[in-house]
Amino acid sequence: MRDVAVIGIGCTKFGEHWERSFRDLFVEAGAKALEDAQLSGEKIDAMYVGNMSAGRFIEQEHIGALIADYAGMATRHIPATRVEAACASGGLAFRQAVIAVASGMEDIVVAAGVEKMTDVEPGASTDALTGAADREWEGFVGATFPGLYAMIATDYMHKYHMTREQLAQVAVKNHFNGARNPIAQFPQEITLDTVMRSTMVAEPLRLFDCSPITDGAAAVIVAPLDRAREFTDTPIKVLATAQASDSIALHDRRDISTLDATVAAGQRAFKMAKLTHKDINMVEVHDCFSIAEICAIEDLGFCRKGTAGKFTADGETALGGKIPVNTSGGLKACGHPVGATGIKQVCEITQQLRGEAGKRQIDGATIGMTHNVGGTGATVAVHILGRL
Amino acid sequence: MVGIITYGVYIPRYRIKVEEIARVWGANAAEISGGLGVFEKSVPDMDEDAATIAVEAARNALLRRKVDPGEIGAVYVGSESHPYAVKPTACTVGEAIGATPNMTAADYEFACKAGTAAIQTCMGLVASKMIKYGLAIGSDVSQGAPGDALEYTAAAGGAAYVIGNDDPIATINHTRSFTTDTPDFWRREGQDYPRHGGRFTGEPGYFKHVKGASKLLLEHAKKTPKDYTYAVFHQPNAKFPQKVAKDLGFTAEQIKPGLVVPRLGNTYSGASPVGLAATLDIAKPGDTIFVCSFGSGAGSDAFDITVTDAIRDKINRSAAPSVEKLLQDPIYVDYAKYAKHKGKLVMQK
Repeated sequence: MRDVAVIGIGCTKFGEHWERSFRDLFVEAGAKALEDAQLSGEKIDAMYVGNMSAGRFIEQEHIGALIADYAGMATRHIPATRVEAACASGGLAFRQAVIAVASGMEDIVVAAGVEKMTDVEPGASTDALTGAADREWEGFVGATFPGLYAMIATDYMHKYHMTREQLAQVAVKNHFNGARNPIAQFPQEITLDTVMRSTMVAEPLRLFDCSPITDGAAAVIVAPLDRAREFTDTPIKVLATAQASDSIALHDRRDISTLDATVAAGQRAFKMAKLTHKDINMVEVHDCFSIAEICAIEDLGFCRKGTAGKFTADGETALGGKIPVNTSGGLKACGHPVGATGIKQVCEITQQLRGEAGKRQIDGATIGMTHNVGGTGATVAVHILGRL
Repeated sequence: MVGIITYGVYIPRYRIKVEEIARVWGANAAEISGGLGVFEKSVPDMDEDAATIAVEAARNALLRRKVDPGEIGAVYVGSESHPYAVKPTACTVGEAIGATPNMTAADYEFACKAGTAAIQTCMGLVASKMIKYGLAIGSDVSQGAPGDALEYTAAAGGAAYVIGNDDPIATINHTRSFTTDTPDFWRREGQDYPRHGGRFTGEPGYFKHVKGASKLLLEHAKKTPKDYTYAVFHQPNAKFPQKVAKDLGFTAEQIKPGLVVPRLGNTYSGASPVGLAATLDIAKPGDTIFVCSFGSGAGSDAFDITVTDAIRDKINRSAAPSVEKLLQDPIYVDYAKYAKHKGKLVMQK
C-alpha cells in the first residue's frame, strides 16, 4: 500500500444557510480545498462524497453525479461516488478516498461531505435522522436520537456515578473552543448554568447537551505521499484509517454505554499507526450529544471507563489539558451537518497539524485523531493524521 | 399633507394566560414566556370575529373625531381571518359606520401586514384626490393550531385609521416597502390553521424584511434611528421587535409604548396598527414615530410619521378607550372556555 497525505482542505461556515442550496455549499467547500492545494480541477481523478439523507432533506438522490457535475468534472467523466453511513458518512468517504489512493488505483482524490438540513421542518429532520437507528425496532416504536442517547446517559450515570454537572462541562468546553473557530455555528461561550437551565429534551439530556441541525460542507484532497510536495509545503500524512461496525439497534449491544465499534476502530487505528493514545496531541470525537463525547474518550483509551466525567470537569480535555478534545467546538458548537462532520474533523486536525488553528491552536501538535460515529455506534471511523 | 385623521382600537376583554395553555399541553410555561416575552393573550367572545372587531375599532375612531361617514370614499380591511372567503368584511364595516354606498371597498390579505398595506392604499387614493377620506383597518381573530407554538400568542384585536389630508393628527411623511416571495408561514384555502417554517420565519422571514424596509425608509427619509421619538415594529412576540430594534439602532425606550404584545399577544394584521395606536395614545405634537410592519410571505411596510398640533386641538382621544384601557381589567378564561370561544370545540358537523 502507498502512503497517503492530505494536501488540501476546505470548509464552508456551518449554520443555517437559508439563502444557499446544497450544491452551493459543496461547490464552495470543494473550491476552497482546490485553492488550498493550489490545484486545478483537471488534476482530480475521483471523488467520494459523504451524505446521509439528501433524499429526505432536499429530495435529491444521485449525489455523486451531482457533485461531479457542479464541480465541473462531469465532462471529464471522473468516477464520483456517494458514501452513506448515517452521521459517519463523511468519515467513510475520507476512508474510501484514502484506500483508493493507497491501492494505487487513483492519485488525486477528493473526499467531501455535505448536508443541507434546514430546508425541512424540525419534525421531518428528526425523523430523517432516526433512519440512522433501527427503524423497525427503534424508530417505529417512537425512539429518536436524543431518546437513544438519553438511555446511554442514564445507564452511564447509574453505573459510574457521573454527575449532571460533569456531563454539562462537555458542552461548556466545546462552546469555549467553538468561540475560537471562525466556521462554528454557535461561536458563543456558555456557562455551566446555560446547560443546566436549558430546555429538557430527553432526560437527562438538555438542549445544550445536543448538537444542532446544520447546513454545511467540507472537502479534503488526498494524494500519494510521495507526490504531496508538488502541491503543498505541509502535507499531512494519513497514519491510520480504521472502520468498525456493531449492531444497529442500541438494545442489541453487549453494553449500551460502551461503543464497542469505537473500541475496535480505535485499536485497529493505533495498531496500524504503531502508536498509543499517549502519542495523540488532540482528538476530534463525535459529540452528537455530550454523553457521546464522554463514552468516546474512554472507548478510545484516553481515560479509564467511568472516569471521563471527572476527567472533563478537571479540564483534561480542554485546550491546554492532557488531551484536548474537539478543538473545533465539536458537533455541539461547530455544528453537525451530518454528512460533512467526518470531513470537517479531518480539516480541523489538518489545520492543527499545520499550525493554522489560530486561537485554538495546540502548540507543537504533531499527531491528531478523528472519530466519527454513525447512529448510536453501529458504524465508527477512526483516522490518525501526522505532521511530517 | 396626507396623514392620520383619527384612529381607534378594539381588543376583546377575555384573556388566557400562557400558563393555562402550557398546562394543557404539558409544556414549561416559564420557558415559553421567557422565550417569547408573552404572558397572556386576548381571546374573542363566541360572537366576535374579524368583522365585529373591525367595526368596533372603526366606531372608536369616529368617536374621537367627527368625520362624516359619507365622506369616507374607501374602506379596506386587512385580515388573515376574514369571516367569509368570498364576501367582503369591508362592506360590513362600511355599512355599520354609515359609509355606504358611495365608496369603494375590498378586503386585504398579506399575513400580518394587510392592515398597513390598507393604510398605504388609502394614502394613494387621498393624495391623488380620488377620495377625501379612506378607512384602513387591520383586524384579526388570529388562528393558531392546538398545541402549535402559535397557540401561545395568536390573539384577537384590531385598529382602524381614517386617512386624509384635512388637519391630520399625524402626517405620514414617507413610506417604503420591501417584498419578496418567501414561504415562511402560510394557510391554504380550506385549512383552519396556518403552518410555518419554524426557525425559517426568523432570519429569512421577519428580520430580512423588517430590516430591508426599515433601511429603505431611513435612507429615503435621510434620517437615523435617533431622529425618532418612538418606534413600532411588528410584534409576533416580544423578542423579535426587541432584537430588530436593537440591530437597527433603536433603543428600548423608543419601542416601549408601542410594545403591547406581552399582555395582548399577536393580533396578526392588528399587531403593528395597535402598536402604533398605543404610541399615538401618549404622543405629543412634534413627536416622530417610525413604524415597520411585517407580513409573512413576505413583506414589510415602513412609515415615517410626525405628530401634529391636531392631536391636541382637533380630536378627543379620551372619547374612545386607549390601548392601555383596553388591556386593563381582563376576564381570564381557562382552556376549555377558550376552546369554546375560538370554535375549537366542534359540537356538530
